[in-house]
Amino acid sequence: MNLPIYFDYSATTPVDPRVAEKMMQYLTPQGHFGNPASRSHKFGWDAEKAIDEARNNVAALINADPKEIVWTSGATESDNLAIKGIAHFYQKKGKHIITSMTEHKAVLDTCRQLEREGFEISYLNPQANGLIDLKELEATIRDDTILVSLMHVNNEIGVITDIATIGEMTRSHKVFFHVDAAQSAGKVPIDLAMMKVDLMSFSAHKIYGPKGIGALYVRRKPRVRIESQMHGGGHERGMRSGTLATHQIAGMGEAFRIAKEEMSIENKRIEKLRNRMLAGLQDIEEMYINGDMKQRIAGNLNISFNLVEGESLMMALKDLAVSSGSACTSASLEPSYVLRAIGRNDELAHSSLRFTLGRFTTEEEIDYAIPLIRSNIERLRDLSPLWEMYKEGVDLNSIQWDSH
Amino acid sequence: MAYSEKVLDHYEKPRNVGNLDKNDSSVGTGMVGAPACGDVMRLQIKVGDDGIIEDAKFKTYGCGSAIASSSLLTEWVKGKTLEEASAIKNTEIAEELALPPVKIHCSVLAEAAVKSAIEDYSKKQKA
Ligand SMILES: Cc1ncc(COP(=O)(O)O)c(C=O)c1O
Repeated sequence: MNLPIYFDYSATTPVDPRVAEKMMQYLTPQGHFGNPASRSHKFGWDAEKAIDEARNNVAALINADPKEIVWTSGATESDNLAIKGIAHFYQKKGKHIITSMTEHKAVLDTCRQLEREGFEISYLNPQANGLIDLKELEATIRDDTILVSLMHVNNEIGVITDIATIGEMTRSHKVFFHVDAAQSAGKVPIDLAMMKVDLMSFSAHKIYGPKGIGALYVRRKPRVRIESQMHGGGHERGMRSGTLATHQIAGMGEAFRIAKEEMSIENKRIEKLRNRMLAGLQDIEEMYINGDMKQRIAGNLNISFNLVEGESLMMALKDLAVSSGSACTSASLEPSYVLRAIGRNDELAHSSLRFTLGRFTTEEEIDYAIPLIRSNIERLRDLSPLWEMYKEGVDLNSIQWDSH
Repeated sequence: MAYSEKVLDHYEKPRNVGNLDKNDSSVGTGMVGAPACGDVMRLQIKVGDDGIIEDAKFKTYGCGSAIASSSLLTEWVKGKTLEEASAIKNTEIAEELALPPVKIHCSVLAEAAVKSAIEDYSKKQKA
């Protein structure tokens, strides 16, 4: 077992060695390095073949038509292209968009930009379990609503949005539906022949593919039009210009192919490990699980350890690579906006840790982590004046703190 | 973020953790910060008849730099007069621990904790 142990699979994943192997075939003079847009020679044809194969593999995982896949640089770009693309193309129909407060910044910041351009955005507040209230969503749809954009799986708390039901709702209201599936592809079954999703964002590096490549699914039947954001040689049927990154795309395709093949077995294995970790931590006093535990991906565990400050806990757990909702660990000075949105107070948001497990997580790693976490929580609580007061029965809310 | 060796040392082996009897008239208690901001420090000093701080204890809820700042402070105040202790500046703490700019507030909080503990002690003497 190597230290530190990687428990941050939602931030990114290592590239699967099989994927790296595949990518290497499209770079060197001996490989298929050609420009897939070159139509006049074998170098181009070989590269194009690799692109087609990858497109088929990505489409197969989500049961879509390969023609519905547009390559991008990642989910951030896909989110931008989907949301701005719809907004700009259909703005004559209406300028109202619905999203939620717990979306990834790639969606929230794109919406902020559209607000500056005169669009109106409604930000749904999820319930305490992190899930969107479908009735509230339906009540928010107006005559001038053109788009609903919701994530399939939340990156912090791992909860799964019921996109099949929402798709029926948006379709019946004639509103487009965009789903950020960066955290769900390869983890949750997606069937776009059944689900009435119009646009879906993907990223390769969350499912054992390389960083810097992603895709946007754009439905053909019924047809969805978007205004392109990147202009140039007219690649990807004019929706996203730029020479295709053959090795990156081949890597993404291979990652999606492996995911389709191994997903169901892998999920069972990861869920067992996650539950083992939870069982080892469950009886710690004053621990709170963030997000619904049933409607949740297998590999996510997000826990607040009340009255332990998150950054000091991360420091104690330097052998574990985890992420925290604490403000100290991020560039901003606010604790996790996702945890705040689901109603956690600042203290609980500050004291949260996100463990995300994946393909290379082992039982041995889980068993190493549990006692390490337990002993350090105990140690830090022994150091904490708040813990002492809590144990003496002092109501911490009754105290006048001097905020600074 | 990388921590300085001194921060790590205090964090891993915090000095003078614990409590002094807050009802003892020779003990001054200072508690500063707020849970919502991510740090709360409690510093206690015990002052001898000669006006010299003979013991100090702390407990801190906060990041590693906050824990290190308060731990260091308990070492520094011991053996000092109240006047000397209240002259300790946050910049000296920040310098000793090599705190990065984003962690300066931890040293500010530590300075405030000493002042608050001394104030509490002085109040008790007047009462
Ligand atoms: C839900 C979600 N959307 C979008 C992104 C951004 O993806 P990318 O890094 O491919 O731009 C991420 C990853 O950080 C994510 O978790």
